[in-house]
Amino acid sequence: MYNRVDSNDISKLKNIAGDTNVVYGDDINPDYAHDELGGVERMPEVLVRVHTTEEISEIMKHAYERSIPVTVRGSGTGLVGSAVPLEGGILLETTQMNKILELDADTLTVTVQPGVLLMELSAFCEENDFLYPPDPGEKSATIGGNISTNAGGMRAVKYGVTRDYVRGLTVVMPNGEVMKLGGKIAKNSSGYSLKDLVIGSEGTLCIITEAILKLVPLPKVSVSLLVPFSDMKSAIEAVPKIFGSKVTPTAIEYMSRDTILFSESYLGKKFPDTKSDAYILLTFDGNTEEQVENDMKAVADLCLEIGALDVYIVDTEERKKAVWSARGAFLEAIKASTTEMDECDVVVPVNKIDEFIKFTHSLADEMNVRIPSFGHAGDGNLHIYICRDELDDKSWNEILKACFERMYKKAEEMGGLVSGEHGIGYAKKEYLKNQFGLMQIELMKGIKSVFDTKNILNPGKICF
Amino acid sequence: MKIIVCVKQVPGSSNVQVDPVTGVLKRDGVQSKMNPYDLYGIELGLSLAEKYNGEVKTITMGPPQAKNVIIESICMGAKGGTVISDRKFAGADVLATAYTISQGIKKCGDFDIIICGKQTTDGDTAQVGAEVSEFLGIPNVANVISVEEITGDKVYLTASLDDKVVRMSVKMPCLISVDGDINSPRLPSYKVKQTLKDDIVEFISFENFDDQNPDNYGLSGSATQVERIFPPEKNNEKHTVEGDAKQQADELYGLIRDCKLI
Repeated sequence: MYNRVDSNDISKLKNIAGDTNVVYGDDINPDYAHDELGGVERMPEVLVRVHTTEEISEIMKHAYERSIPVTVRGSGTGLVGSAVPLEGGILLETTQMNKILELDADTLTVTVQPGVLLMELSAFCEENDFLYPPDPGEKSATIGGNISTNAGGMRAVKYGVTRDYVRGLTVVMPNGEVMKLGGKIAKNSSGYSLKDLVIGSEGTLCIITEAILKLVPLPKVSVSLLVPFSDMKSAIEAVPKIFGSKVTPTAIEYMSRDTILFSESYLGKKFPDTKSDAYILLTFDGNTEEQVENDMKAVADLCLEIGALDVYIVDTEERKKAVWSARGAFLEAIKASTTEMDECDVVVPVNKIDEFIKFTHSLADEMNVRIPSFGHAGDGNLHIYICRDELDDKSWNEILKACFERMYKKAEEMGGLVSGEHGIGYAKKEYLKNQFGLMQIELMKGIKSVFDTKNILNPGKICF
Repeated sequence: MKIIVCVKQVPGSSNVQVDPVTGVLKRDGVQSKMNPYDLYGIELGLSLAEKYNGEVKTITMGPPQAKNVIIESICMGAKGGTVISDRKFAGADVLATAYTISQGIKKCGDFDIIICGKQTTDGDTAQVGAEVSEFLGIPNVANVISVEEITGDKVYLTASLDDKVVRMSVKMPCLISVDGDINSPRLPSYKVKQTLKDDIVEFISFENFDDQNPDNYGLSGSATQVERIFPPEKNNEKHTVEGDAKQQADELYGLIRDCKLI
């Protein structure tokens, strides 16, 4: 079905991208065979470090003509194998397309290349008194990757997810044609929103080469509260009550003492408080101290009323760094605590979080396996990790499969979905099929085939 | 055991502008916060107090609103605190500041250990701690990175000097200045803040002091005059380790050793 990459293809790619940007055969670093967690590995036949839309267009014209599969990769921080070249072929790495092209204060937009890192984008925006609200934990991910998975992050409670901040995209189609979708516009009722189809499509429909992102003015004041509870049940049960108080925090995260201790050991840095079993971490932002103080006080009083052991104030740069850097390291910390792990990124209605977490605890007991978790208590998106520890191959595979099946089934019963923000990629395809059924999967396949008639772009992902 | 921690209110951001004409920090409209280095001092004080059944009180010098850092320290676990505040103290340099604080400490009763942060983020001189100890006639150890033990009247501690780490003992009462990043300061409690009464913070002024000579305080008590304040140049210097694997490993080892990480 696909052609292998031959010496003529290598010459052609070198002509397009330059000799030093084309790496092939044994010279390719084995890390390009996998992402951060997807559980699948395959080396590309050739790796091309791309720099411009035109280069990508030329490469795609060639790949289309020759029927060579092409997979796009940013920083490789994905968790479901989306950027793994399952069919070999060409791997396009976008990390050198890392320029912030324009900050347009009149339209409140920033135009970026896809290889800009999330941390670079946030820092640039904040230096210019703007905020790019999506705030996924993995700050070294590229913005192209964030758009491709519709990454959510911690501020989703108040500000929404990546999709809500993508105004326009420049994309290269599988046949090399360049298209512009959307633009610096605030409204759009012009037919099907192809831009929104591309967001979250994990590099299966076309290649994002430029993005126009919406910004908001940087809130002048931001304060977090770290609220300890005696157990996870009380911590999670506080969340719907906080929403009921009509105050909208920017973020509500939950974390257990165990996870915090993993993070301490991973970062080699003590967390400011580890006396309690469960915590919720809230942030409030706004333009005046008075407004933020009022919101903060209302929620702090409510938390104390409903049984919080205390409410700790996280109000300075140093304190925020101490608390949020630990939160940002949870995934890596849990990973470092075990021999191997796999994750479940389900999203359930916010009022079902408590029930779902309790379910994972009983599942852990029943299967005799460790299942730590943390996540976005404010938007129902949980990050649950099944840890292999000392299990042998056979037991690990059986337990993992059983845990996943049970958890996805439970999420479905609660009105949840397979992935909140990490995507489907390769690793979660079966669970998506199980939940969505034939009709939805066939619709997705149809969309894919219209965009990519030869199925050369990131084959074997999401619905295939 | 009685521990006094010296704290200071500083601008809330490190990006404070300097008035190009007067050379004075533009503090108007800038939020303030506790000097970050003092948080390590408070944490050390509180952990020692927990271990040796003692109590921590804090002291600061500044305008009346400096009471906020005392309240913050109480919310972290201090038992009380004092603001030294008087217009007569305005314009004090390092010397006059240290003298004023030493006079204030004398009014706080007995103490075993005074803890200071390494420096403040607005003045950055890192001299006040040492000078306070001189005026009080007690021993001083700077750059303390840990306190191992307190036995009898001695504190056993470790200090990080430029080229070496030194373990030593010092006789109490004493003053120690602690390095940054030596612990994870606990967070202030909203629950405690709700219980505080208005008079929780004690104020003292010139009239409370033993030394009633106004020439020893404020501008007239200052031995130095500030000619110009300017922001330090930002240093974005990067060091790239080059060469083959062995050369890189050797150089990296040397760099890590120089940083006293190993």
